[in-house]
Amino acid sequence: MDSTATPASGSLAVASLGVEFRNVEKRYGPVRALRPTTLTISPGEFVALLGPNGSGKSTLLRLTAHLARPTAGTILFHGPAGFESGSAARRRLGVVAHATMLYDDLTAEENLQLFARLYSIPDPGAAITARLEAAGLAERRSDLVRTFSRGMRQRLTLARALLHGPGLLLFDEPTTGLDAAGCEWLARELDRLHHSGCTIIMSTHQGGEVTALATRTLSLESGRVVRDTGSTATLGCAPSPQSTGLV
Amino acid sequence: MASQTQSVREQTLSSVSDSAPRLWPGLWAIFAKEVRTEFRTRELLVTTAVFALTVVFMFSFSFDPTSEESRRIGPGLLWIAFLFAGTLMLEPAFLREQTNDTLAALRLAPIAPTAILLGKTLANFLFLAITEALLVPVFAVFYNVSVANVIPGLVLVCLLGTLGIVVPGTIFSALTAQARMRELLLPLLLLPILTPILIAATEATAALLSDPPEWPSMALKLLAGADIIFLTVAYFLFDSLLEE
Repeated sequence: MDSTATPASGSLAVASLGVEFRNVEKRYGPVRALRPTTLTISPGEFVALLGPNGSGKSTLLRLTAHLARPTAGTILFHGPAGFESGSAARRRLGVVAHATMLYDDLTAEENLQLFARLYSIPDPGAAITARLEAAGLAERRSDLVRTFSRGMRQRLTLARALLHGPGLLLFDEPTTGLDAAGCEWLARELDRLHHSGCTIIMSTHQGGEVTALATRTLSLESGRVVRDTGSTATLGCAPSPQSTGLV
Repeated sequence: MASQTQSVREQTLSSVSDSAPRLWPGLWAIFAKEVRTEFRTRELLVTTAVFALTVVFMFSFSFDPTSEESRRIGPGLLWIAFLFAGTLMLEPAFLREQTNDTLAALRLAPIAPTAILLGKTLANFLFLAITEALLVPVFAVFYNVSVANVIPGLVLVCLLGTLGIVVPGTIFSALTAQARMRELLLPLLLLPILTPILIAATEATAALLSDPPEWPSMALKLLAGADIIFLTVAYFLFDSLLEE
């Protein structure tokens, strides 16, 4: 599933990254946002996290992105060269959430320049141009983000998330606020990303076109995985050697 | 077989290389972003400068000070204006990152978390220094104080004092950004911490403005010491501050 391309190109630079949860739990005070969970997501999988609000989808994504620290358990990343952890894996994550993670008072190009510098992307000018063209925003590159529509912001958000050629993409309810055309565009992008070899984990509380693209669905309720269409995940709390994918 | 596989996995795990996040590229990128945003919107500089100028202006009419009185009360008043201006300026430092959850994007980047703090601190230092550079000449005119012959000393005091305000101020801005009543919480937390800075900076300025001027070596040492302590604490604590 692994393939490579330069981040500067319109196509993706992908060395897929898998992720493994070993008995991972997250509590916020007395609230158990995620009950002990053990599961493996292989490189190149497209996983949809389904469930109502408060079921633990966003917590699972935030833990994967290192934006929250697990109360217990371990999260490991599996790349082409074996296991990766910490910042080595973090530089290969891309995150798209319902918040755009963009600066409204910077232009589209300045936003991407900032993230190109943060990720030390070689030849940032070419990478930024390629991403803006792929997002259909090349004409608006010098416009402030605050002047963009919701759909344009979401396209720029995806451009930002793909700028450094991530191997694992995390989408947290990416269709929030998008109209039908925006959802269609996102579904096409997700399909393209998946076929380029990128691992995708996407949370949603809706079904529809975007969710239908997933190759595996995990249903969560009250911080617990209650249904998994894949074969390697643990249903419920108790971890077992088989479920970790270690044997 | 299972135990062999497990053993291989554990060996792989133990050899995982965890490349260290970088400090300087992140620091400069964040500093440049802050400066670009501020010089485009001018939100902080304009409001803070107007506020500080108003404080100095109003006090000059309240006291109608003579030169002697100005040398006595002026330094304290000047630093209170700087402190209030700093508090006003520092509050949005991390609040701006809440709007579109951009702080999460910064945290996701492969940079040292300290780079976020230091980039913002450096930008806040620049903005407050600009405000002070505007304020000091106005103070000199309204309070009938000559600062021309002590400019190098005054610049040094302002640089050390400003650093002493912005380092803890930026940390507390991060700490209070998600809190309710943050507008009250920031000054409430910050002002007691800044008392030593305020005292040392006021004494140093008073010594420089006295007739004849004196070199405030002890106050400068206190300021430099406080700055080093604040920077050290910030460097070691900031990573954990960003955790949920």
